[in-house]
Amino acid sequence: MRTSILSNAIAGAVCALMLSAPGAFAQGQPAKSPTLDKIQKAGTLNCGVNPGLAGFSMPDDKGLWLGIDVDLCRAVAAAIFNDPTKVKFIPMTAKDRFTALQTGEIDILARNGTWTMQRETELGLLFTATNYYDGQGFMVRKKLNVTSALELSQASICVQQGTTTELNLADFFRANNMKYEVIAFATSNEAVKAYDSGRCDAFTTDASGLYAERVKLANANDHVVLSEIISKEPLGPAVRQGDDIWFNIVKWAHFAMVNAEELGVNKGNADEQAKSIKPDVRRLLGVENEFGKFLGLSNDWAMRIIKHVGNYGESFERNIGAGSRLRIDRGVNKLWNKGGIMYAPPIR
Amino acid sequence: MSDATSSRPPPRDARPVEWRALAIQIAIALAILWLGWQAIGNVAENMRARNIPSNFDFLSATAGFDLNQSLIAYSATSTYGRAFLVGLLNTLAVAAIGIFFATIIGFAVGVARLSQNWMAAKLATIYVEVIRNTPLLLQLFFWYTAVLAPLPGPRQSISLPALGLRMPDPQAGMAAITAFALASFVLLSVRNQIKGSAIKAAGYAISALFMILMIVAILFGPRVAGFGNAVGILDIRDGAYVFLNNRGLFLPFPSLGEAAIWLPAIILASAIGATGFSFWAKSQREEKGRILPVFWISMLILIVPAALTIWAAGSSVTIDYPQLRGFNLAGGVRVYPEFFALVLGLSLYTASFIAEIVRAGILSVAKGQSEAALALGLRRPTILKLVIIPQAMRVVIPPLTNQYLNLTKNSSLAVFIGFPDLVQIFVGTVLNQTGAMIQIISITMAVYLVISLLTSLAMNFYNNKMALSER
Repeated sequence: MRTSILSNAIAGAVCALMLSAPGAFAQGQPAKSPTLDKIQKAGTLNCGVNPGLAGFSMPDDKGLWLGIDVDLCRAVAAAIFNDPTKVKFIPMTAKDRFTALQTGEIDILARNGTWTMQRETELGLLFTATNYYDGQGFMVRKKLNVTSALELSQASICVQQGTTTELNLADFFRANNMKYEVIAFATSNEAVKAYDSGRCDAFTTDASGLYAERVKLANANDHVVLSEIISKEPLGPAVRQGDDIWFNIVKWAHFAMVNAEELGVNKGNADEQAKSIKPDVRRLLGVENEFGKFLGLSNDWAMRIIKHVGNYGESFERNIGAGSRLRIDRGVNKLWNKGGIMYAPPIR
Repeated sequence: MSDATSSRPPPRDARPVEWRALAIQIAIALAILWLGWQAIGNVAENMRARNIPSNFDFLSATAGFDLNQSLIAYSATSTYGRAFLVGLLNTLAVAAIGIFFATIIGFAVGVARLSQNWMAAKLATIYVEVIRNTPLLLQLFFWYTAVLAPLPGPRQSISLPALGLRMPDPQAGMAAITAFALASFVLLSVRNQIKGSAIKAAGYAISALFMILMIVAILFGPRVAGFGNAVGILDIRDGAYVFLNNRGLFLPFPSLGEAAIWLPAIILASAIGATGFSFWAKSQREEKGRILPVFWISMLILIVPAALTIWAAGSSVTIDYPQLRGFNLAGGVRVYPEFFALVLGLSLYTASFIAEIVRAGILSVAKGQSEAALALGLRRPTILKLVIIPQAMRVVIPPLTNQYLNLTKNSSLAVFIGFPDLVQIFVGTVLNQTGAMIQIISITMAVYLVISLLTSLAMNFYNNKMALSER
């Protein structure tokens, strides 16, 4: 890497983003995470989130961010600082999210992003885990009497641009040899507004997003989410490549929450559970062994997450499930031993 | 060099100073080049470090997404390069049509602001102050909502009154319309040469009668079905062929068949012919003082060959009527609400600035000019056309160019109302799909730069033509 201060300054004027944190990718010692160092120095974690998707990340009427993506960032902040409020939530459009992560403007991208091969290979990102297994669906007006997505031939469909949704939509209609008209908007909000005004027959996005947008509509009961799911959308947080420790921290923050649910450890009983004789629980809560050390964190890192944010099940119910306005069935997001596919490797 | 400096001998130390200045200039230029080179190298290296692709290979990859409005053939299996082209053409179309309407509205409002009519002047003032003092993006949202909100869904489409109108025999129809156009244009062209006022009046009467018949047939067609058939070219039925709903305006469109191959070439040839004619007419005016009806004859040159081609193509010309198919209307030609709202919003917004520029231009012409023209016995419209506007244009053109450039650049707000312009397609979807940020932003910036420079070039050419030629 060139080090000339002058050339750096000029290049900075040409393209300030490209040059932020020029040292972030230097070869460091294996146990040190430059991203973690930077966050600890700054005292806050920069987390890129969706500007407003109920259940995933949306500010409430007091400006407090809520959602499972928000909880994930709070969990990481709790593990680092023992304080879930030390997160700066930066709303990202679908368009700028990857660039913001690549250039170091944000440390975690927890923006209901779909884990795809291209994003990991071409864009140089790493998805740490799947925190919501989703799939793309369609929402239509009840009065159209449509029961299947296969009946949508010749329909006008509103979509947010710059997402996998746009591609899945094209694939679905191409695969079924049907014609349609796509109207793509910069934001999900504009797309839903156009759908609501009658410009489109259907609105498409991930099924969770359909439920989230439906509650925002004036007359939610006039709209129905079709049962077909036309794609696999494993949603999860992503980090930059090149900082394996940081990748591990974000990955294991999620796994700690899933393991906690599996082991029956929750926000309320965490202190009590620390006295448990079960070795799994003792390792999770940092009573035995030193798993925190190899993440560059304190040994009670998972304990902090559970006490401040709760386990995965609690976060799900509070934001998306029965305890929320969305009331989405947990479905495949149930734990693996309860009929779902949510599975975390063991802490040992 | 002006006479003042060349008549004086140069100072003794002029050469060294010039050399020194030159050396400094070259050194600075080299330094800037070097810094630029360093910057490019640095960016490229940092892009590699962040795994951001740094070549242009993505342009030939399959796009995989669909677009609803395209002037050229495009599907999900086309390349990103093709998608770029679609966006570019859409942007150019919006800019060209927006500039056309903004100019007309702007000139009308600018003149109205100076009108003696109190009402017209005040309305124009309110228009200018309201439109130019609110953000364009809000106006676009407003128009998009205002266009969409009152319109019904496709199954309850409004069928406009014309619109039980159908051309059963396109060949005969085209022939009749061509004959009518021909007759009218010839009449208008030679109206000043005709001496006998009776012949003149008869010509006007025939032309007016034909016009009235057409209008009656179009407006009241369905109710006077027999009448339409009597005209011979229009088969009037109860049933609509023009629809308006919240998916757009659907119009019948001739499918040209064999004529489609020849038509573009013939229109181009006609355009060249019309331009040539206007130059010839100008030379006639300047050399011999003969004033020819340039506008009408140009229209004749433009329309007649095209109409004859369509007529000659005969039965292969059919008319494609929009019909309800599934959820939407298919067939014919369609004006999309996104396109309409964008052009409307951009035209009205830019027109408010153009109106002020036009007002400034007119006010810059001294009052004595029109008084002198009046004293020479010229009429008001002639004064405006030959005395005021040519002088006002010198003040108007440079800032007008700026407004044209603004309109073109502002068209990139299309993304917010779902119109697939260059920015929406290329900087939106393609950038997100490929991650080729630097390349895509650079290409897009270069495209806007080229469009702007070409617009400026054309306007500068026009400006030079209009400029006061000092002797």
